[in-house]
Amino acid sequence: MVTTSTRAADTTADVRSAHEGDGGDPSTRASSSSDGVGPSRGRRRPAAWWGLTPFAVWVLLFLIVPCLLALGTGFVDGDGAPTLDNLAALGDPLIVRAFASSAAVSAVTAVAGAVVGAVVCWGLTSLRPDGAVRSAIDAASSVLAQFGGVMLAFAFIATIGIQGVVTRLLIDVAGVDLYADGVWFYQVPGLLLPYLYFQVPLMVITFMPAVSGLRPQWSEAVATLGGTRWQHLVRVVVPVLAPAFVGSLLLLFANAFSSYATAAALISQGAQIVPLQIRAALISETVLGRENVAGALALGMVVVMAVLMIGYSLLQRRTERWQR
Amino acid sequence: MIDKRLLVSAATLSIAALALTGCSASADADSAGGAANGTDAATATSAEAFGGMDALVSAAQAEGELNVIALPDTWANYGKIIDGFEKKYDITVNSDSPDISSAEEITAAQNLKGQDTAPDVFDLGSAVTLDNLDQFAPYKVSTWDDIADDHKDADGKWVYDYTGLMSVGYDADAVPAPESLDDLLGGDYEGKVAINGDPTQAGAAAAAVEWAALQSGGSADDVSTGVDYFSKLADAGNFLPTDPTPATIASGETPVVFDWSYNNLAAAADAGGRDWKTAVLPGTALGSYYNQAINVDAPHPAAARLWQEYVMSDDAQNLYLAAGAYPVRLAAMTEAGTVDQDALEKVGEQPADTVQFTAEQTEAASKVLADTWATAIG
Repeated sequence: MVTTSTRAADTTADVRSAHEGDGGDPSTRASSSSDGVGPSRGRRRPAAWWGLTPFAVWVLLFLIVPCLLALGTGFVDGDGAPTLDNLAALGDPLIVRAFASSAAVSAVTAVAGAVVGAVVCWGLTSLRPDGAVRSAIDAASSVLAQFGGVMLAFAFIATIGIQGVVTRLLIDVAGVDLYADGVWFYQVPGLLLPYLYFQVPLMVITFMPAVSGLRPQWSEAVATLGGTRWQHLVRVVVPVLAPAFVGSLLLLFANAFSSYATAAALISQGAQIVPLQIRAALISETVLGRENVAGALALGMVVVMAVLMIGYSLLQRRTERWQR
Repeated sequence: MIDKRLLVSAATLSIAALALTGCSASADADSAGGAANGTDAATATSAEAFGGMDALVSAAQAEGELNVIALPDTWANYGKIIDGFEKKYDITVNSDSPDISSAEEITAAQNLKGQDTAPDVFDLGSAVTLDNLDQFAPYKVSTWDDIADDHKDADGKWVYDYTGLMSVGYDADAVPAPESLDDLLGGDYEGKVAINGDPTQAGAAAAAVEWAALQSGGSADDVSTGVDYFSKLADAGNFLPTDPTPATIASGETPVVFDWSYNNLAAAADAGGRDWKTAVLPGTALGSYYNQAINVDAPHPAAARLWQEYVMSDDAQNLYLAAGAYPVRLAAMTEAGTVDQDALEKVGEQPADTVQFTAEQTEAASKVLADTWATAIG
């Protein structure tokens, strides 16, 4: 019991830092940081609140204020006069398409990452919790979930880019050309593999606590009452794990949705996803005067992230019932 | 106790105040050093205002430093131009963020306003220049009369510095020499044709699309045929949606690159043993001058003005030419016999039918690109 809850707490901390590592949206961090810092029931402890002040000031200065300033630019024009024109850009077919592409990439990598990650977690339950393999996979997952951005993009370019080691090897040895039908690697489909690379380990570290929370006694109880293994799975395991699974899925979606650096290093044409649209609005030297549209785009992203994070924290609360 | 605390705060405040006045006092001293004959360097509009070139040089040397931005060493010979300026005038040039866009140059100037690290001078695309006239200090170089009237701002806020021609660079070992843009649609170029940046973001990339339009029946007023051309290139599986750099050219990742002739010529010298060739195809050529301007908030106003003089001098103009860029004073220098003949022969005369987009045409082309580019190559 004690080990389980400690592990759960550890992993929550990991998730939080995993977000920051990938440059996640400020709203993600803000909402997850509020987890578990509420006052203890019944007794007020002012001292604990004082201890929180530096953190609160930090969050205010470096997350909330910049976030509000960025969003604020969406509501003024180039001369600083208030306007709602920038918001109209959110209805532009190209922007809608960028949001759709962002959502598609996030959904595909979240579902695939969640399924693969869940299978890994399930496999890990048969290993000793304090064994070397479990510790190694835990450690590797924590590290790899942070491995994103430009480094990851370059690792993939060196591996399966046009002149990548694997690409050349496949052509020379097997006669298979990965890019026979166009160079998809530098388009939206090219994001899927690098994103999965950090999504699977993130799933492992977020979902593992829930899987370890399953008690052997429950399966024994089912057996004692004459149930089959199948009944144990459908009636006990799935209902207990479902909220944690869906919660982790939302987290993965948010993680991919807010990723910027990996995509920026890979995609240089068309700005097909929202973070790249924001870059285009800010730095373009040919289409001028769209700087404030970036604020409106950021607002769109914050809305999506807020919905996901509220869903995540509700599901997280449900999940924790079985981990106490 | 309370008194003591007050005392401490008061002391802190006065120290802070002293420090602040100290800063501004030394800043005043700096700018006073940059002026000569009672002239404020930040408002001087010509070398005469300093009392001649020598006075400008000593004012600039008193500042001792120059901040430039967005000038890659391999772009139009800027590496050598910066070296030349440092050697000639013994002034340290700080080159910051060489790979950013023109729009980011202006943003950097605004964000760094009032700091020592703000850029002193700009090298900008025309669209961004015309959109930010308030950001520039008027200044007329001593060679001002050599420059055609439509190549400079009447007040001296900006002046054209150099232009290239849009060209196709290619690795002659990997692909056959293209004779027309239609050749690039063929099977030899599968997954190999890149352009320098996203046309909705980078001026050089937009020029590639504009050139494709001129080469395939379009005009400066309607660049949609250029977008159609790249759409066909993408459908054929030949378009390579990655951003070429000297590194991707050297590694062979981008065997064919649409870019300014001076960039493609510079790439040949740095292509890791590849046989990099530059083709300015027959038919209409496309040129586009970059604009030179001084930051109105330049932290080194005299050095900034001296840089303008240097960039427009025979020395630097010949260095542009040596890299394959046509300097704005080319005609005057040819007439005066000060042009580097070897370099001119190597680069070739500028084709007679070179098109230069007007500000309105560029804006219209950008609008077409913003509306259609993403779907055309998506």
